[in-house]
Amino acid sequence: MVHLSWYLTVSAMLFCIGVFGFLTRRNIIMMLLSIELMLNSVNLNLAAMSHYMEDLRGQVMVFFIIAVAAAEAAIGLGIVVTLFRNYRSVHTEDITKLKG
Amino acid sequence: MNIPTYLLVIPFLPLASFIFTLLLGKRLGDKAHWPPIIAVLISFLCACYAFDQVLHGNHVNADLYTWFASAKFKASVGFLLDELTAVMLIVVTSISSLVHIYSVGYMHDDPGYYRFFSYLSLFTFSMLMLVLGNNFLQLYFGWEAVGLSSYLLIGFWYHKKSASDAGKKAFIVNRFGDFGFGLGIMVVFLVFGSVHYDTVFAHVHDVVGHTFNFMGFNFDVISLMAILLFCGAVGKSAQIPLHVWLPDAMEGPTPVSALIHAATMVTAGVFLVARCNPIFSLSPAAMNLVTIIGALTCFFAATIALVQVDIKRVIAYSTVSQLAYMFIGCGVGAYGTGIFHLYTHAYFKALLFLGAGSVIHAMSDEQDIRKMGGLKKYLPVTYFTFLMASLSISGIPPFAGFFSKDQILAEAFASHVAAGKFAWFVGTVVAAMTAFYSFRLIFLTFHGEFRGTEEQRKHLHESPLTMTIPLTLLALGALAAGWVGVPEVLGGENGWAHFLAPVVGHPEVHLSEFTEWVLMTISVAAGIGGIYLAYVMYMVKPEIPVELARKHPKLYDTLFNKYYVDEFYNATIVEPTITCGRKILRGITDGKIIEGVVNGVPGLIGKFSHVLAKLQNGRVQHYGGVMAVGAFILLWIFM
Amino acid sequence: MVQLLFFYFALVVIGLGLRIVTCKNPVHSVLLMLVLFFHMAGFYLLLNAEFLAAVQVIVYAGAILVLYLFVLFLVNLREEVKMSPFIEKGKWLGIVGAVALFITFLRGVMNFTLGPHGKYTIEKVQQLTHTKAMGEAIYTTYILPFEIAGILLLVAVIGGLALARKENKGA
Repeated sequence: MVHLSWYLTVSAMLFCIGVFGFLTRRNIIMMLLSIELMLNSVNLNLAAMSHYMEDLRGQVMVFFIIAVAAAEAAIGLGIVVTLFRNYRSVHTEDITKLKG
Repeated sequence: MNIPTYLLVIPFLPLASFIFTLLLGKRLGDKAHWPPIIAVLISFLCACYAFDQVLHGNHVNADLYTWFASAKFKASVGFLLDELTAVMLIVVTSISSLVHIYSVGYMHDDPGYYRFFSYLSLFTFSMLMLVLGNNFLQLYFGWEAVGLSSYLLIGFWYHKKSASDAGKKAFIVNRFGDFGFGLGIMVVFLVFGSVHYDTVFAHVHDVVGHTFNFMGFNFDVISLMAILLFCGAVGKSAQIPLHVWLPDAMEGPTPVSALIHAATMVTAGVFLVARCNPIFSLSPAAMNLVTIIGALTCFFAATIALVQVDIKRVIAYSTVSQLAYMFIGCGVGAYGTGIFHLYTHAYFKALLFLGAGSVIHAMSDEQDIRKMGGLKKYLPVTYFTFLMASLSISGIPPFAGFFSKDQILAEAFASHVAAGKFAWFVGTVVAAMTAFYSFRLIFLTFHGEFRGTEEQRKHLHESPLTMTIPLTLLALGALAAGWVGVPEVLGGENGWAHFLAPVVGHPEVHLSEFTEWVLMTISVAAGIGGIYLAYVMYMVKPEIPVELARKHPKLYDTLFNKYYVDEFYNATIVEPTITCGRKILRGITDGKIIEGVVNGVPGLIGKFSHVLAKLQNGRVQHYGGVMAVGAFILLWIFM
Repeated sequence: MVQLLFFYFALVVIGLGLRIVTCKNPVHSVLLMLVLFFHMAGFYLLLNAEFLAAVQVIVYAGAILVLYLFVLFLVNLREEVKMSPFIEKGKWLGIVGAVALFITFLRGVMNFTLGPHGKYTIEKVQQLTHTKAMGEAIYTTYILPFEIAGILLLVAVIGGLALARKENKGA
């Protein structure tokens, strides 16, 4: 029997890997990819909970999260394209115009 | 409210005139003098009516308006009409009216014409409030208000630095006295629980012998109160050591000198002592102090007046000296006599000042008597009235000054106060000196040859009627004012003493008729001797004073420079204060501490915000990192 | 059996995840991501959610990763592969942060109790087939979020178009 807490642990690990990737990668596109990783971990979490609570709500939420993730990836990459057009670079350290 | 209307009119009509003239005077231009003159004349008529009421025994003591009452302390505007007040009302309103009329001629072309009259009205209001008050707080209010009016009027020609300096000096020196005065009022309140005269004076016998413990020393309460209140009198009435402002106050226009620095404001100190006579009578220490200061100031000022060459300064020092006589009178317990001298002095001193003003006006603003001379044929009315005033001040019968001065000397001689005989001796010597310098002034100014310039000679003319009529009226006063107080030895009934007795009591004077006649003769002889000496030294052998000055240069210089008191105060008080202000207050507290805080706080905030600004470096991952940290903390706390 | 599968999937997912965030070449990362998505689908199958597994593969692996690859074409990758993939001074901070976050989550997982059970038991879902069960839930109780998700996708399409257009003068 696979216990629920194992699923949650895997999900947590994946989330933390995603956080690490987001905070440390230099390339913006890789940052966005790490965000996808985080979203996936959340999906796993929700699906597992839903299964063990015998309620479909978690999985419905996963469905919607996948849709939203797609939309967000599209827009995010659109922004990256625009950024690249203006700065000729997709490295985060070159895009610091909003500093205070 | 049981305050009769005539009593309310007396102070408030000049107040209304002040406001009216100040606001609308400019439009009235030349005619700006009408509202104040009408106001003060009506006040004078009401004052006469009030006097009549008092003669019939109708007194008034009521509060008009209570400003606030908190626990035991009640601050209210109240009016007291008794014999002392009635006398002061007559003096203040009559002299004020005459000065108002005189100013029409004297200040004729002055650009600040309406301002002058508005200030005169303000002063009249203040002095009347001072005199009419029925509690110490109103007295203090009037006290400060006359100080303010004095400042405004001394510094009337404010473009002149010496004038504005003199105004400041008057106010600041007065402040020293007022500090003691304020403390005195506080002690009164602490001891009696009230500042109203009736409560205080009724209970003053209950606190005889009580002591007030301050910093380990025990002070007799009554003496403490009396001495502190006297501090105010010393300041306001220009006694030693706070006399320095009065000669400088001569920078103001001459009508101001006549009104404020001769007849009314400076006499407020004497009024204070007379009003508080129940307190003073119970403190031998205070009475001795008053007498001694009076005697010392009397002598001091008279010696200075002997050698002064500015016509107004001579009269100013003469005022200080005569005020000292009044304090001698009050100090030996003869309060009524002190007020008597106040009353006669008001007339002849105002006359002296206004006469001097007439001379100055004729001499195109020259004030140095060395450049005058022989003016009696050009200014006959001025000369004649000036002569009357001088005879009065020298104590020659039957002029007013004789009766009041002689009575003071007699009562000083006979009094129980320890310093009484000393004061009598000094007073008699000074009487001679007074006669001397007064007639020195007359001989140098009006007799002999004219020593001025041709320009001045061409302009010499008698003053207009608006100036000579007040002179004449005052001369009548200088002659006749004393006739209400003719002592019994000379066949009179001494109506004055009997009139004031309910307020100030009878001095315990028991002199045999013989002693009284002897004293009278001595004082008259002193006066005549002084006049004769002046005649010899300035008319017959004018080289004598020059010789004397040459032979005793140090003495002459000391007297001429007023004993260097001003220089002394400057070095010990003024300069250290200015330096302290510059170095410590401006340099350290203002410069370093306050500026440090005011500049330092923004500087600190700037540095702090610079540090905080590094938080926003424009890098998304930085922001993400901060979010992660925040999420971590929150999760840790809540899970 | 299920446990073995679970461990396999878990291991691969974690390992792939670590490799993805540390890889120098972004294209390699994207391709590894593809493999990861397939294993996520495997997880969903273990959880009796076959519809989700299908959707995951179709949307994520089929659409999103393709999008990523296309964008990667646009950027200059030559120097990219030579540089370090991490921002300067960031690596250790990131590791510390991630580990701290993981410990926090573990704390939560250990003190976790499940709530009340719903009405879709495993047998019911298996009997209905998961797709039908999801359809029932979505089109009855959750119809509103469904419509909103639709509009969201519309917005995303328009937004993407607007962002990526070539700048015409004044258009």
